[in-house]
Amino acid sequence: MVRKPLVSIVSAGLSKFGRLEGIYGREIFAEAVKEAFERCPNLNPAKDIEALFVGHMGESYEHQGHTGPTLADWAGLLPKPAMRLESACASSGAALRTGIFAVLSGMHDIVMVGGVEKMTHRTTSEVTEFLAMASDFPFEQWHGITFPGLYALMATAHMHKYGTTEEQMALVAVKNHHNGALNPKAHMQKEVTLEKAMSSRVIAWPLKLYDCSLITDGASCLILTRPDLAKKFTDTPVHIIGSGQASDAIGIYEREELTTLKAGRLAGQEAYKMADVKPKDLDIAEVHDCFTIAEIIAYEDLGLCKPGKGGSLVEEGSTTLDGEIPVNTSGGLKSKGHPVGATGTAQAYEIYLQLTEQAERRQVSGAEIALSHNVGGSGATAAVHIYRRG
Amino acid sequence: MSETHPFTIESFYKFVSERKLMAAKCSKCGTLLLPPRPVCTKCLSTDFKWVELKGEGKLLSYTVIHVSPVQFQSMVPYTVGIVKLEDGPHLPGMIRDVEPEKIRVGMDLKVDFETSIPTQWPLWPRYFFRPL
Repeated sequence: MVRKPLVSIVSAGLSKFGRLEGIYGREIFAEAVKEAFERCPNLNPAKDIEALFVGHMGESYEHQGHTGPTLADWAGLLPKPAMRLESACASSGAALRTGIFAVLSGMHDIVMVGGVEKMTHRTTSEVTEFLAMASDFPFEQWHGITFPGLYALMATAHMHKYGTTEEQMALVAVKNHHNGALNPKAHMQKEVTLEKAMSSRVIAWPLKLYDCSLITDGASCLILTRPDLAKKFTDTPVHIIGSGQASDAIGIYEREELTTLKAGRLAGQEAYKMADVKPKDLDIAEVHDCFTIAEIIAYEDLGLCKPGKGGSLVEEGSTTLDGEIPVNTSGGLKSKGHPVGATGTAQAYEIYLQLTEQAERRQVSGAEIALSHNVGGSGATAAVHIYRRG
Repeated sequence: MSETHPFTIESFYKFVSERKLMAAKCSKCGTLLLPPRPVCTKCLSTDFKWVELKGEGKLLSYTVIHVSPVQFQSMVPYTVGIVKLEDGPHLPGMIRDVEPEKIRVGMDLKVDFETSIPTQWPLWPRYFFRPL
């Protein structure tokens, strides 16, 4: 049953998530990199790290494209090759997968993957417009359908087909805020009550403010090595044992079902098969809760429960910190925050902490096997990774 | 006449300006493509005909948008939905001329067309849905 790892994570870094005033994206990334380097004193970064793959969604936020070399420069990695991957909110999930390709190909032994987004200096209206660019322009954006609107369409369909309730969605927020309150790097470190979540203002009915993830500044990174080199750098590596990615129609209206993300299902199936792991083997999962309905759909797509039962799963408390399968121990996108380009590797960062017993007050004791699920846009991209304690 | 229009999204909106909802029909396997594409998603054929759709269908899902991008701010709150057309394809769009509280999944809707042409790129006239 023990699969050979694809790559090993020997270190990881995360900036503070939140409204980081007066600091640029590249500087936020440098903060995450600093932590990763400090965690790994046996690594000589400028010499050992051979390439950088970074997720970054939008030039519009900082009027800055060409993020690969910019971030390599601020990370002290020039003149190493650096490349930006854009897959909307799954940009750093895609960067992680690309880093795995780079190591598995034999081209590189040690690479850094990560991501960054600086968002909070823009108005909500501007951010709404920038995020919508990850959806179909001619038939969705052009007709006034926003990003929350797309997930609201999924929520309405889920409510109609399965009887999922607004309360069940709000319970996802309550759970994730509880976890986020235990995470010193989370954007919103405070609990929220069901009443408060339910009475928050409507963004795109049936989704309310507390159903939506946060507009956040932040960066994340991981250092990946060939598995046989990992022990040179750390006694406690985390192995990546499965990787899956899939694509779907950019317009949600073209999909067979509105109540599931096919790309998420397929990416999950590929990762489970590669890792030889079943949903019941997972000790923890970080899933893409860009909206509360997205976490409910993720439970179903990843086989944590049957289709239509995601609302009940959260209601029964199965996904809380002390539940059968704790989901989003970090606080998720909902409470930790969602700097879109940073999210995929920020999920991996939380798993790295959990599988090395460094998650402090939110530690799930003895967690061995974990999954991360990173969705791009309204589900046209999904990247799923499975990890094992080294 | 319509055969001279290439099978593009630009052509789709040109037809909308003529108050027509048109889709590309694959001459080989009969699949209706909306949006039109240069290659059939089912059989990879590149041979199409334009066909006019009736534009009637049932509402699959909807949402009421309260926070919008700048250009739609004067319209909030507004309702958008995805309609399963009787002809087959699904099409998203705004739902007008009905109170949001009266909108239900499964209700019958019909396509209609705006008369004004937007002044912003890409200058496409908009279609929308209203109760049948």
